[in-house]
Amino acid sequence: MASPELSTRYAAPLRTAPVLELCDLSKRFGDVLALDRVSLQVSAAELLAVVGPSGCGKSTMLRAVAGLLAADSGEIWAGGRQVAGPRTFVPPERRNVGVVFQDLALFPHLDVASNVVFGLRRRDRGRQQRVREVLDLVGLDGLGQRFPHELSGGEQQRVALARALAPDPSVVLLDEPFSHLDRNLRTLVREHTVQVLHAAGATGVFVTHDQEEALAAGDRVAVMHAGRLEQVDVPEQVFHNPTSRFVATFLGEADFVRGERVGDRAHTAFGTLPVTTPGVGPCQVMLRPHEVAMEPADSGSGVVVRTEFRGALVLHHVRFADGSTLRGVRPHSSPLAVGTRVRVRPLVDHPLAVFAA
Amino acid sequence: MSETGRRGWRLVVVAVAAFVVVPVGLVAVSILTPSTEVWSFLWGTDLPDMLVTTVVLLVAVVGCTLLLGAGLAWLVGRYRFPGQRWFSWLLVLPLAVPAYVLGFVYLGLLDYPGPVQSGLRTLFGDNVWFPEVRTLPMAVLVLSLALYPYVYLLARAALTEQTAATYEAARVLGQGPLQAARRVVLPMARPSLAAGAALVAMETLTDFATVQYFNVQTVSVAVYQVWNGMYDRVAASEIASLVLLFAIAVIGLERVARGRARFHQNGGARTVDPVHLSGAKAWAATGICSLVVAVTFVVPVLQLLAWSSTATVLSSTGGLDPRYLSYLLNSLTIATLTALACATIAVLVASATRLGGGTSTRRLARLATVGYAVPGPVVAIGVLAMLAAADAALDLVGLSWGAVLVTGTLVGLLYAYIVRFLALAYTSVDASLEKVAPSITDAALTLGAAPRGVVRRVHVPLVRSGVGVALVLVAVDALKELPVVLLLRPFGFETLAIWVYQLASESRWELAGLPALTIVAVAVVPVIWLFRQTLQLASQLPPETVREGPDEHLVRGGERGQS
Repeated sequence: MASPELSTRYAAPLRTAPVLELCDLSKRFGDVLALDRVSLQVSAAELLAVVGPSGCGKSTMLRAVAGLLAADSGEIWAGGRQVAGPRTFVPPERRNVGVVFQDLALFPHLDVASNVVFGLRRRDRGRQQRVREVLDLVGLDGLGQRFPHELSGGEQQRVALARALAPDPSVVLLDEPFSHLDRNLRTLVREHTVQVLHAAGATGVFVTHDQEEALAAGDRVAVMHAGRLEQVDVPEQVFHNPTSRFVATFLGEADFVRGERVGDRAHTAFGTLPVTTPGVGPCQVMLRPHEVAMEPADSGSGVVVRTEFRGALVLHHVRFADGSTLRGVRPHSSPLAVGTRVRVRPLVDHPLAVFAA
Repeated sequence: MSETGRRGWRLVVVAVAAFVVVPVGLVAVSILTPSTEVWSFLWGTDLPDMLVTTVVLLVAVVGCTLLLGAGLAWLVGRYRFPGQRWFSWLLVLPLAVPAYVLGFVYLGLLDYPGPVQSGLRTLFGDNVWFPEVRTLPMAVLVLSLALYPYVYLLARAALTEQTAATYEAARVLGQGPLQAARRVVLPMARPSLAAGAALVAMETLTDFATVQYFNVQTVSVAVYQVWNGMYDRVAASEIASLVLLFAIAVIGLERVARGRARFHQNGGARTVDPVHLSGAKAWAATGICSLVVAVTFVVPVLQLLAWSSTATVLSSTGGLDPRYLSYLLNSLTIATLTALACATIAVLVASATRLGGGTSTRRLARLATVGYAVPGPVVAIGVLAMLAAADAALDLVGLSWGAVLVTGTLVGLLYAYIVRFLALAYTSVDASLEKVAPSITDAALTLGAAPRGVVRRVHVPLVRSGVGVALVLVAVDALKELPVVLLLRPFGFETLAIWVYQLASESRWELAGLPALTIVAVAVVPVIWLFRQTLQLASQLPPETVREGPDEHLVRGGERGQS
């Protein structure tokens, strides 16, 4: 178990004791700080999505947890024991951490069953039973004799998952596990993977650069930027209540509206809006396009300058007299022409994120 | 690649690199510590003349092979004519005929008692003029004919790598075909030509058997004579250091010739459309290629066959010379041992570069392949020096079987062969492992396999084809190798190559026929197999994969390792 000192220092909302814990983890590659004092806790049976732009350090973090890379400083605790620390480095083969690699890394010379059995001990009597169990769990029963190259992309993905789960690892790490699949298949496979992980009761960390994927699949989402964890919280919170402008814009389209904060409200050109953090003075209120409605009005303050067809919705860029712009959506059945003068109205059913001006 | 670095595996690479580098280093040391008495003695001998001869031989052979190799590559690469497809690989066949075999065949054919001169005498009388055979120009000719395939292979690869776009751009910019060739194609092929030339130079420096047939005295011959005639290790070492200096000069020149050129072309692009020759031009092209194949392969093989049959008929019992089988067994033994040792070390080093992590490990691994770029006599003398040191050390602790180690066992020979051929094995195995994604290694580790288990359960099965290539290439090279085995064989240990050389030196061509033919038959295997692979690859895979085809296994090891 983590030392009492560690568990009191990080008061995150945990359901149970952490199964994986990173503490002040840092790693430098030349001039680049890939990990900058990253601290994180993942509780049992939780699936944490780590999201960030490419090069933000998320894969480095995963490799450090797996033991494929040694961090410069900091500690890693997995399954109740320290696997990396100032004087500790447990090699990957003794960490009991499962990994689903980005390219899956199935052993091409072994059939499905042999791939899955690879991580099980030779002396383990029940290992054939375990292989059947895991293949059954991922829905591949009966395909044990196939070779990886005889399987579809989705099936290969399941083999990789089954192989990682078979030794019953304390944590399963998934490194951009769906990026090699085409878009349609990706959603299906992702949903299936999440189901399997939950069914297996596995604790998981999966890394992605796709914010929709992170929001949809993660029990919690950790947003990473330039080696730092910007925010770790449930999907609703990181989306609606981002703690930084980076998180706000990375997780979805966001515009910022100037305002004057008075207590838990802010006065803006679009009316008085509720904000999450009370305060006093000038501020910027975040509005996402789905929260911005507009009607054509000759007396309106904005003009539609550009439209983007998004399928069900049409995104409208509206420019105001002071040069600021705001994006809003309308149903595809009633788009507005470029040049239409509009009145903009925020549709707010919750307090909005607010940032210092 | 695991970046966590495992000291044990790094140590494997360090040990192998040291194993390879130390003998060469010992010879290099004697450059820095010349012994004045030895040199004042050597200077009084033929050595200065030998130095001049070596330079002339090197320049002439490199020049001829460049012309022949690049010219033929250009011919079969850019033109279509009857038989072009066949010639593109038939022209590699001379690789199967070692220079010391080609040399004695032509000596037998062209020397005064040989069939050519006898025939001329019957036709034109006894005073018919014929050029002197045992001369430097003939040595140059034979070495060039035996060695041009190195240049040919690299030049052909360079030509096929060049995309149509570059050539067509030159044409559209107003250059004629020849101008485009001179201003674009040739400069872009320069690094490959430089590498091929360097390889040829190294082989020329290594050789001291062929040149001796033609009474040509090079510094490598001097190493052999000093060691074999006088058993003077110090003097031999001093001369070997001269050979090493030549080798260093060659590498330096290659660097200069290559310049800062690093040409990379986009893979998979269309190559230049070949020109279809017709009429006299087409037959001239076919004729030139036929002539080269005939002179370098068909005629020698036929002549060897003829000699073998007469020898069998002439021998008193009418059967095989009993020595043949025992020498063949010796050859096969040393070839098998070398191949197994090289393949094992190659798998270890290739795996260790993955498991050990770090660029320094990778660089060390490359150092372990430097032996291929060091002329044979240098390696041999270096190994002798090491064994002598081991001998002295054993004497100190009161064991005096050190002398046996030097002259009585295969240890020295095996050691030198590993130094010399490890590059060949390593490039094949490493190329194989390179195709295994690093995440495969990582996956095995995270699934709980210890590094040794990763090597056994994942790396070895996945690089099996590369190991197969390594075994064949090393075994064949070891079987046909001559200079090192002449210097380092245990007393009384004869191989087919040595036997051929001794019989040829005594002008007993008929007897040398069968063992020489055996060597050619074995050496032809990888060439044919290389050809089949190229064909298969060409029909199955996109062009960029073909480029990494087995062609390069024969040549890569020689690209000075560091390239």
